[in-house]
Amino acid sequence: MGVSVRVGVVTFPGSLDDRDAVRAVRLAGAEPVPLWHGDKWLADVDAVVLPGGFSYGDYLRCGAIARFSPAMESIIDGARNGLPVLGICNGFQVLCEAHLLPGALIRNAQRRFVCRDQRLRIERSGTPWTADYSDGQRLVIPIKNIDGGFVAPKRVLDELEGEGRVVARYLDGNPNGSYRDIAGICNEAGNVVGLMPHPEHAIDPLTGPSADGLGFFSSVLTSLVQA
Amino acid sequence: MARVVVDVVMKPEILDPQGQAILGALTRLGIEGVNSVRQGKHFELDVDDDLDDATVTKLADTLLANPVIEDFTISR
Repeated sequence: MGVSVRVGVVTFPGSLDDRDAVRAVRLAGAEPVPLWHGDKWLADVDAVVLPGGFSYGDYLRCGAIARFSPAMESIIDGARNGLPVLGICNGFQVLCEAHLLPGALIRNAQRRFVCRDQRLRIERSGTPWTADYSDGQRLVIPIKNIDGGFVAPKRVLDELEGEGRVVARYLDGNPNGSYRDIAGICNEAGNVVGLMPHPEHAIDPLTGPSADGLGFFSSVLTSLVQA
Repeated sequence: MARVVVDVVMKPEILDPQGQAILGALTRLGIEGVNSVRQGKHFELDVDDDLDDATVTKLADTLLANPVIEDFTISR
């Protein structure tokens, strides 16, 4: 091939899973590019991952402050022009706060931090981040969150369902009260995906419950190389 | 210098698990007659006298509150 796909992974103050995301990108065969939240320049990356964690300590609201960082200014601009962006957990929260995705993530309905391996179903393989999966494919991916409940007005939920923008759904028990068991969604163009579970923690059987999560990172490689 | 207060509360149609937890605690305290509790945030801002209402509304709407899930009121 000879083509190196460069995937940026942003570190915000308080990001936790940035290095795991970098490792996942590398394992998938792309070149990970660490990006600092304070830099507007995105190093000409082909795609961006917003990792999990507790940016700014979840102060005010999860992702509410990270959303205004210089890197996010460039990412918002890029996303509107088709740049593939994957927001994982806190990254999903940042994407909703930045209005790149609809809805919001609120405190888990059962009010407990949940940390467990979760069964998911891929609902839409037609995004740059899920192209290596098939519709309906079942995965086991760890989740760890206290503010993971996806909510949106009914009109928005119906729109997401109707337009095929639910990317993943929880199976065998909704861990956080997310409406319609939604674990992940995408924007209208499909290039921006938010996902509550952590695929970067399921990339090899040694360090995770499965290697089911690797597909998120290899998909973007496939999509970009083919583009 | 002027003082502006912004109060933010979850929209009534959004599930408020923390409010529910507080309601449960009231029951355990033996207090009756409280039917619901919604938890919110109270922001106190010391601002320049010439900071106008439009600016306060903008900062409330953009940062202090998430309009998808929260309503806010401003008082001076």
